[in-house]
Amino acid sequence: MSLNYDQVIEKYEPTLGLEVHVELNTKSKMFCSCATEFGASPNTQTCPVCLGLPGALPVVNKRAIESTILIGLELNCSIAPYSRFARKNYFYPDMPKNFQTSQYDEPICVNGFLDVQIQTDEGEKTFKIEIERVHMEEDTGKSLHVGGSTGRIHGAEYSLLDYNRAGIPLVEIVTKVVPNTGKYAPQVARAYVAALRDILRGLKVSDVKMEQGSLRCDVNLSLAQINSGKLGTRSETKNVNSLRSVERAVIGEVIRQANRLEDGERIIQETRHFLEESGQTRPGRSKEKAEDYRYFPEPDLVPVVPDAKWIEELKKTLPEKPADRRKRLQSTWSVPDKEMAAMVNAELLDTVEETVLLGADPTKARSWWLGEISRIANDRSVAATELISIKDVAQVIELITKGELTDKLARQVVEGVIAGEGSPADVITKRGLKVVSDDSQLMKAILDAVTAQADTAQRVREGNIPAAGALIGAVMKATGGQADAAKVRELLLKHLGQ
Amino acid sequence: MSVRDNASVMAAALNKKEISAVELTNQHYEQIAAVDKDVHAFLYLDKEGALAQAAAVDKKRAAGEKLSPLAGVPLALKDVMTQKGIPTTCGSKILEGWRPPYDSTVVTKLKNAGVIILGKTNMDEFAMGSSTENSAYGPTHNPWDLTRIPGGSGGGSSAALAAFEAPLAIGTDTGGSIRQPAAVTGTVGVKPTYGGVSRYGLVAFSSSLDQAGPCARTVLDTALLHQAIAGYDNKDSTSINQAVPDVVAAAKKLDIKGMKIGVVKQLAGDGYQKGVEDKFNQAVAELVKLGAEIVEVSCPNFEYALAAYYLIAPSECSSNLARFDSMRFGLRVGDDGVKSAEEVMNLTRQAGFGREVKRRIILGTYALSSGYYDAYYGSAQKVRTLIKQDFDAAFTKCDVLVSPTAPTTAFKIGEKSNDPLAMYLNDIATIPVNMAGIGGMSLPCGLAAEDNLPVGFQIMSPAMKDDRMYLVGGALEAALLSKWGKPILDFAPKLVGSK
Amino acid sequence: MAAISRDEVANLARLARITMSDDELDHLAGEMDVILGAVARVQEVASADVAPTSHPLAVNNVTREDVVLPSLTPSEALSGAPATDEGRFKVPQILGEE
Repeated sequence: MSLNYDQVIEKYEPTLGLEVHVELNTKSKMFCSCATEFGASPNTQTCPVCLGLPGALPVVNKRAIESTILIGLELNCSIAPYSRFARKNYFYPDMPKNFQTSQYDEPICVNGFLDVQIQTDEGEKTFKIEIERVHMEEDTGKSLHVGGSTGRIHGAEYSLLDYNRAGIPLVEIVTKVVPNTGKYAPQVARAYVAALRDILRGLKVSDVKMEQGSLRCDVNLSLAQINSGKLGTRSETKNVNSLRSVERAVIGEVIRQANRLEDGERIIQETRHFLEESGQTRPGRSKEKAEDYRYFPEPDLVPVVPDAKWIEELKKTLPEKPADRRKRLQSTWSVPDKEMAAMVNAELLDTVEETVLLGADPTKARSWWLGEISRIANDRSVAATELISIKDVAQVIELITKGELTDKLARQVVEGVIAGEGSPADVITKRGLKVVSDDSQLMKAILDAVTAQADTAQRVREGNIPAAGALIGAVMKATGGQADAAKVRELLLKHLGQ
Repeated sequence: MSVRDNASVMAAALNKKEISAVELTNQHYEQIAAVDKDVHAFLYLDKEGALAQAAAVDKKRAAGEKLSPLAGVPLALKDVMTQKGIPTTCGSKILEGWRPPYDSTVVTKLKNAGVIILGKTNMDEFAMGSSTENSAYGPTHNPWDLTRIPGGSGGGSSAALAAFEAPLAIGTDTGGSIRQPAAVTGTVGVKPTYGGVSRYGLVAFSSSLDQAGPCARTVLDTALLHQAIAGYDNKDSTSINQAVPDVVAAAKKLDIKGMKIGVVKQLAGDGYQKGVEDKFNQAVAELVKLGAEIVEVSCPNFEYALAAYYLIAPSECSSNLARFDSMRFGLRVGDDGVKSAEEVMNLTRQAGFGREVKRRIILGTYALSSGYYDAYYGSAQKVRTLIKQDFDAAFTKCDVLVSPTAPTTAFKIGEKSNDPLAMYLNDIATIPVNMAGIGGMSLPCGLAAEDNLPVGFQIMSPAMKDDRMYLVGGALEAALLSKWGKPILDFAPKLVGSK
Repeated sequence: MAAISRDEVANLARLARITMSDDELDHLAGEMDVILGAVARVQEVASADVAPTSHPLAVNNVTREDVVLPSLTPSEALSGAPATDEGRFKVPQILGEE
C-alpha cells in the first residue's frame, strides 16, 4: 500500500514525543576535570574517572547542575527539591564503566512546557508542548569502525575508541506525549527543536550545533486512526542531525507506519535510524530481548538539593526570552510584522541590534543589512556578516545621518569595503566620495547652472518650482554626484528667491 | 630493633637514628624471604621502590627536615588499592599484570608521610570473601597455624602483620574484611566511619559499604596509621569534610572510667564458638575493672543485617565490576579477529572472574532486575535504615558497643569453601557496622580454650566518633597485656626461619 | 520450590556478559535458590513506612568548580590496553549500532 502524506493524514492521527540531548559547553567534564574541547587528538582529554579505571570516583560539575537548572527554569519546569543520580546499567564499548551515570526517578527538573508557533492554513497557531523532565547525564566515547566494505559497523573488522567525549555533560529534555498536531506534526516537531535551540543559545549553555552533535534529537512517533481514542505503538528514530531532518523524519515515519497499518501489519516498538539521503528510517540494532537497565541510586554521589536561595540567584541570571526580546525590539524600532519576521528568518536580528547599539538608526540599519548587503551576500552564497563588519555598517549609517554621505554614495562606500578596499574612511578618501557640502563650492556650481540655463532659472523665479529639477540635475552632474541633492535644492531655491 | 617490634618503637628508633629506614626495610624483606613461602601474604614486592623511598627518607632525616611520625616505617598494602606503576590485581586473574596509571589517595598520603610500601598483599578476589581462599593466586596461610585461613577478604595484610613481615598494613572493609582477619590472626584492625578515609583508588566492591582502614599489631600503631591516611579528599564525593578526631591521643589516654559499654544481645549465642564467647566475656569483665559500666542493649534488626548485606553488596558489585570487559585494560580472552566485542567480553569475564565473584554478580544482577528491585534491593535498603535506627537508639544509652568480632576462630583451609552460606556467616557480627556506616575495631582478647587460636574483640563507635574505639581499645589492650605478661603474638608458634 | 530457574540464570548471565557452561548454570541456579531463600527475609521488616537508605552520610550538594585540570597523557591512558592503534583503544568489532 502506498499512501502519501496527505492521504495518511486524512485517516490517521500522529502522536509525537521528542527527546533532545544537549551537550553542555562547560569547560570541564561532568564528573572529572578533563577538558571538553571539540576536535582534540584522541584520548588526550581523559583521566581515571572518565576512563572508568578501577578505583576512580566521580565528582559533580557545579556549572553543569546550574546549566541544567537554568534550562529547566526557561522551560517553566519545577525544580525538584531533592534530586539524585542513578546508574543505568548496560554494556557497550563506548561506555567506560558499562553503566551511565544519569538520573532515573528523581530528575532535577519536571513538568514544564514550551509554546511553539507555526504557520498553518488558518494563520499562526500556538502549540503548547509539555515537558516531562530535564535531567543530567554523561556522554559516551566515540567509536570508529574499521574494515568491512562500507566502513559501517556490519562487516567491520575492529573498532577504535576515543574517550575524549566520554563524560562530557549531557542534558536530556523529554517531552510528554504531544497529541493533536494533526497534519502539522512535522512542523511542530521542527519548531519545538528550533525553539529549544534558541533558548539554549540564549542561555549560552551549549553550542547547540546539530551537525557537531551538541544537540541531538530522537523522534518518537505513533499513529492511531482518527477518533479511535487509542494510542498506537511508537517507534523511536535516532540520527536526526538537523532541523530539516526532524521534519522529514516525522513525515517519513508517518508514511511508513500508516502504510504498514494499511497492509494489516502491526508496528513494532523499536529504535530506528534516520537516513539523510532518502528521508526514510530503517531498523536499528536488533535486540532479541529488551535491555533491563537495573537502575539504582548512584552510591558514589550524594543528592543534589537545590535550595530556594540558589534557584533565586540562578533566576536572576536568566536572559530575556527570545520571544520577549523580539517583541521589545519590534516595538522599540516600530517594525511591521512582516519585516520583523524577515529579519528573524534571515538570522540578522542580532546583527541589526548590535548595529543599533553602535548608534545607528534602527530603520537604516535594517534596510542596509536586509537590503543591499543581503543582496550581495545571497549572490555570493555567504552570510551577510562575512562581507562587512557591524562596525563599518554603523559608521556608514552615521555618515549618512550626518549628511556626509548620500544613500547613493554610501552604496559605493559599502561596495568598496566589501571589495576589501579598507574601512569606510579609506574608501571615501581613495574614491573621493565625500559629499560636497561646502556652500561656497555648491554656490559656484549653482551659479554656473543658473547662468547656463537662464530660461529655466527664470521659470523657477516665477514660481515654477518643479522646473528646478533640471538645474539641480546639472549641479549634481557638475559635482560628480557628490553634492547633497537636498542641500543643492535648498540653496538654489533660496538663490532664486523661492 | 627487630621486625617483632611495634611501629611506634620502630618510629622512635628511626627518629633517634638508631637504625636507618633502608636497614629497617631490608630487615623486613629478609623476614618476608624467610617466611612468605609458607604464609603467602604477598602477591608483589616492590623492593626497588621501597628502598628508594627509604633512602629518600633517610636523606631528609639526615638533613634535619621535619618528618611525619611514621616516616621510614614499612607497610603492606592490600592489593585492592591502586599504586601507580605497581601491579594491582585485587586478587583476580582479570587484572593480572595491570599497572594503574595513578595512585590512590591513601597511597599518596602514605608516600607523603614517608611510609615505606613494601608490596601488595593477597586478598579474596575483589574483596569478596572471609578467608582469602577466593584469591586467584592461592590462599594465604594463618601464621598461627598454616593449615588455617587468615580471615578475609584482607587475609594477606593481617597475616603479614602476624608474621612480622610488616608492622603496618592497609586493609579495606566492606562487611568485616579488616576486622575479621584481625580477629583470627591476633592483630588489630579498624574500619573508620564511612567517608573517613578516601575511596579514590580503592577498587570498588560495594561503594556504599567499602572503607579503607589501618591495621597493625597494637592499638597505638593503628591510631598512628589512621591519622596518616584519614581526612577529607575532594576527589571522593562521599568523603567526610570535617577534621579527623584525635585517635592517637585517645589510644594513649588509657582511662575509661565512667564510660558506658553496650553489649549487643543479638551478637552472641547460637553460632558463636564457646571459647570465643568466653574470651569476649572475660574482656568485658576487664572493662568493668577499669571502671566502665556495662549496659545490655538489644538491636533486633541486626538479625536481618546479613540478608540485607548479601543483597546490597552483590547489587553494587554487579555494577562496579561491569567495567572489567577487556576493552580498556586487563585480561582479554578470545580476540581472534573474528569474534565480536560482546563475545570477547563474555569469554573474558568467564575466564577472569572466580566462582564467588560470578555468584555475587549474578545475585546482584537479579536483585536489581525490574520486577525484583523492590522485593530485594529496595527492601535491603530499608533494613539498612532500621539497623541505623537500632544503633542510634543504642548509642543514646552507651558510648560504644561491643561484641565478639567473629563467631569462630580460624577454621581450616577448605573447611567452608563449598558452602557459601556458611562462609557468609563469618561476617555476622561485623556487617551491621558497615550497614550503618559507623566505626568498628577488632583487637585481640585472648586465645580460645578449644584450639589456642586468637579471638577478636569488636568495639563499635558512633559515626564520626572513631576516637572512642581507640580510647576503649587502648585501655583494654593495656589491661590484657598486663594480664598476659606479653603481647598475644608472642604466644604464637614461631614460623620456620622467622625472627 | 525453585525460586529461580536455569533459564533465568542464563538470562542474568547474558545481562552480566558472562558465558557460562550448562553445568555452571545449573549449579548456580541451585545456589541462587539457597541464597535467595536466606536473603528474602528482608521483606519481613521492609514495610512501606520505612525509608530506604542509600547513603550512610547525610550530606548533599557535593560539587566541584568548572575548572580544567591536567588529564592523563595518551600513553598513560592507553597503558593498560590489550591493543591500541593510532592513539585509540583497539577493540573487536562491535555488532549492532545505537
